[in-house]
Amino acid sequence: MAMTSEMTGDRFRLSMLIYDTRYRSQTIQVVAMIGFMLLAAWLITNTVQNLSALGKPIDFSFLGEPASYDINQRLLEYTSRDTHLRASVLGLINTLLVAAMGCVTATIVGGMVGILRLSRNWLISRLMAIYVEGFRNVPVLLWIILVMALMIESLPAPRAFRGENATASLQVFDSVAITNRGVYIPEPLFSRGLGDVSVFGAFSISLDLIVFLAVLGAGIWAAAWVRKRADRIQDSTGVRPVTWWQRIGLIVIPPVIVLTALGFQLGLPALKGFNFAGGIYMRNSLIALWLALSLYTAAFIAETVRGGILAISKGQTEAAAALGLRPRRIMGLVILPQALRVIIPPLISQYLNLTKNSSLAIAVGYMDITGTLGGITMNQTGRELECILLLMLCYLALSLGISAVLNWYNERVKLKER
Amino acid sequence: MKRTLYIGAVAAGMMTAGVAVAGTLEDVQAKGHVQCGVSTGLVGFAAADADGNWHGFDVAVCRAVAAAVIGDSQAVKFTPTTGKTRFTALSSGEIDMLARNTTWTYSRDVDLKLTFVGINYYDGQGFMVPAGLGVGSATDLDGATVCIQTGTTTELNLADFFRSNNISYEPVPIETNAEAQQQYLAGACDVYTTDRSGLAATRASFENPADHVILPEIISKEPLGPLVRHGDDHWADAVRWVLNALISAEELGITSGNLAEMAAGTNNPEINRLMGTEGDLGGMLGLDKEWAQRAIAAGGNYGEIFEAHIGESTAIGLARGLNAQWSDGGLIYSPPFR
Repeated sequence: MAMTSEMTGDRFRLSMLIYDTRYRSQTIQVVAMIGFMLLAAWLITNTVQNLSALGKPIDFSFLGEPASYDINQRLLEYTSRDTHLRASVLGLINTLLVAAMGCVTATIVGGMVGILRLSRNWLISRLMAIYVEGFRNVPVLLWIILVMALMIESLPAPRAFRGENATASLQVFDSVAITNRGVYIPEPLFSRGLGDVSVFGAFSISLDLIVFLAVLGAGIWAAAWVRKRADRIQDSTGVRPVTWWQRIGLIVIPPVIVLTALGFQLGLPALKGFNFAGGIYMRNSLIALWLALSLYTAAFIAETVRGGILAISKGQTEAAAALGLRPRRIMGLVILPQALRVIIPPLISQYLNLTKNSSLAIAVGYMDITGTLGGITMNQTGRELECILLLMLCYLALSLGISAVLNWYNERVKLKER
Repeated sequence: MKRTLYIGAVAAGMMTAGVAVAGTLEDVQAKGHVQCGVSTGLVGFAAADADGNWHGFDVAVCRAVAAAVIGDSQAVKFTPTTGKTRFTALSSGEIDMLARNTTWTYSRDVDLKLTFVGINYYDGQGFMVPAGLGVGSATDLDGATVCIQTGTTTELNLADFFRSNNISYEPVPIETNAEAQQQYLAGACDVYTTDRSGLAATRASFENPADHVILPEIISKEPLGPLVRHGDDHWADAVRWVLNALISAEELGITSGNLAEMAAGTNNPEINRLMGTEGDLGGMLGLDKEWAQRAIAAGGNYGEIFEAHIGESTAIGLARGLNAQWSDGGLIYSPPFR
């Protein structure tokens, strides 16, 4: 405090820091802050000292060692000779996958349930209430284990598909195998494929996929442009040109041409040895985790949606009805756009919850980042503190990322007050 | 003032928690029980019966230690640990010793700062498959789905075995033996892999054990033994020599049946030293003279414990094999009591 110099008449004395109400609150805050920082510093040095006394100073070099274990669900190439760091990255990608699938499903299911719970149909609204209360009030871990147990115990094992008098058979024109180890669905194959491109040597991406997505994206963009053009013509002439066939054509035809050029075909799952081979294999652990997390979170989202709709005054519905809009259009054009402003902020925290709840994956043996970095890696290297710190950092970054994206969206849809 | 006092109290509390490493032996004697980490349930090695009493080969080691250092073989509290939680439980001081068919490896000993006090079972990793699959060798397992307990050496051995044989597999990581058993029986995995003793124990609890075969391959060395934390040699010595006393007792022919007779004094000085009638081996360990007598009385000598829990007369039916006394061609060997 460099305030010893004379100010306006009143000389500053140190005791004023406590007795003068102008300074007192700052003094308390500064003291509390110093105390808090001392406590934190003491905790950290104490931990570091104790760890080095134990002979385990904080050290992240284990991340470069070979992991030596296998991971079943690999979205990138990985062998047991790769490093712990790469194993952690694979786990992180698995976390992202189940979180993304879960958020999308939960939003769709939750949105529908939330609207249906307000239905005037007694049976539907009661059923939705039972669903919401049932899922909301039982811990999600139990739902995960229940879904997994149901899949394991009630679906046929791959060996039931074998032999002359097999007790199980493929579904949907012999293209989908539903077993107690997971679901095999047909995979896209390209007989004249373009191969893969390697990105920084770390992983490779299929060029076929990039081309297909690029063409599809361009088609959607062109279709949007056609629609805007139709809007302009309607604005100036009052007559809207019929464009639906142009727009569908722009979206569908170019990808079909690309697929034909690349020699597209479906790879069907077939029994080979102990398991099915070919096709995309969705493991039962992924399905159980995905279903349980989505249905659980959807129950909360349904309540958020219902609350958002109820928050819109009844006058809006009546006014829209007076204008001659049908109930479905009232919901779509008048109620939901306004309700979204109320729904989105709590929706963000539901997405965060879902992402964090995905760390229960190990209960069903899904190798997410808690299973790799916070599970096997931590166990095999004995670096508990380092692994947990990294794990916390990952979830923190993930959650902040999701919040940032959704907050940006919220800024866009929220009420613009002028 | 109140706040400073509060912070001071919290700080002091944390400080003492940080440095409280008095002797574990004294701590155990003061609190009157041994806190022993065991598995969450593996018949024959450590499993609780309907009344909540723990029995098994690993449990017997805990009971012998409690009998020796406290004088009551029932003065044991058991903490079930999974493959993942066991070392943290031990390092953090939550348990005093761990007897949970744990493999002695270099990195656990040196890097995780644990002290393995000996080996009470020489094991190796094996595979169990349903007999109906018609698999005769582990090298036929190309493409199989394999259930493994996560957080164990088994998943590393497994990766190495399949890699070196150039065959593929689908690992299914599982937390506990019970879940693995459920998945394996439902056919969600073709193969269950763990230490062969564990496989035998798991198979014994099946409805039809004969429908499952344990493949002949042994893909690793798994020396299992009890362990304690680094840094307390006194406590490590106590646990080590209780185990050695059980082993020596079998070698010297001391059983729970003839214990009283042996304790009365014999012509064999080593028996006399062990029984405390000659010399003061117990005093060197900070215990009384009869410590070894009580350890043996708790569940018998090593051979008796083996036969009672996992031997050929039990449902698990393991032969002594490598775990016979050295004098019978096995590897079980205790340093001399001298």
